[in-house]
Amino acid sequence: MGKITNEELLQQINEKFGEAIKVEGEPYGLLTIEAGRENIIDLLTFLKTSPELQFIYLTDITAIHYPEREKPIGIVYHLHSLVNNVRIRIKVFVADGDVWIPSATVLWDGANWMERETYDFFGVDFKGHPDLRRILNVDDMTVFPMRREYPLEDPNRVDKKDYFFGR
Amino acid sequence: MSDIQIVNAPPGVEGSGFFATSLDKAVGLARSYSLWPLPFATSCCGIEFMATMGSHYDLARFGAERLSFSPRQADLLMVMGTISKKMAPVLRQVYLQMAEPRWVMAVGACASSGGIFDTYSVLQGIDEVIPVDVYVPGCPPRPEAIIDGFLQIQKLVQTEERRRRESPEYQKLLASYGIQ
Repeated sequence: MGKITNEELLQQINEKFGEAIKVEGEPYGLLTIEAGRENIIDLLTFLKTSPELQFIYLTDITAIHYPEREKPIGIVYHLHSLVNNVRIRIKVFVADGDVWIPSATVLWDGANWMERETYDFFGVDFKGHPDLRRILNVDDMTVFPMRREYPLEDPNRVDKKDYFFGR
Repeated sequence: MSDIQIVNAPPGVEGSGFFATSLDKAVGLARSYSLWPLPFATSCCGIEFMATMGSHYDLARFGAERLSFSPRQADLLMVMGTISKKMAPVLRQVYLQMAEPRWVMAVGACASSGGIFDTYSVLQGIDEVIPVDVYVPGCPPRPEAIIDGFLQIQKLVQTEERRRRESPEYQKLLASYGIQ
């Protein structure tokens, strides 16, 4: 168990940000909150620099796509307080056609590649990122492959069945 | 009596004290038993190829002793494993750096057709970027299949006209891949 409980953590965040932060839940004990893009950098700065919380380690930045929602693209931050051994997950949802968010490279240099990857696969525009290019896919690709915009493979196709490959 | 087998001479005219054959056949014979492969292995087929190189299957006994991960002096490019679209220019550059005459073998389903990876990131067969001489089926193929593919290459090399690579057909093939 970590040195700080989720209740204490949430209380500290609420004291500072109040109604701007919504709680999504605690799946498997991982506190998950939803922030807005206007206060995300403030929130991350608070979590990182707070002498008590010390979420100094940015584990991951990624995104999710829920096509049926009003704000379909969600940017997800995972932070880890190495001192307190506590993790937190922060989600920011943005509307389709308006997919941008301020870059977290102002806080962590490690955010650079994570944001490039998220841009590469989900097309999230990280404003203020020093070098927002594709990182894993070919440069001339025009789509964002991890978005749920593509039909599943035709289940009736037969040309790539296992027995063609000796399995 | 030694049980070492020596390759038979190519067909030609034989008489007492002389033997005459065409230069094509002599060169083909020499080339086919001294192929220098460049293994380009990215995944499971590469592991099978390691077994092919090892002492049990011993690819070296066919004259392919000099395996090197450099296009320098290599004349057979063996592509084994999944090639992603991002890697395609690299593979193509390796091929371009090899000097003529050169041959290409695509080992396994992935190199030949993209295999099970029917996705946005995987090249659906290396013949989209470089011309291929022999395809080895299987996922992954057993070492025997790789050896069989190698023997097919040797047969090609032996029977190939020495100047085929200067022929208009070959030039046209390379031009279709954007290679001068």
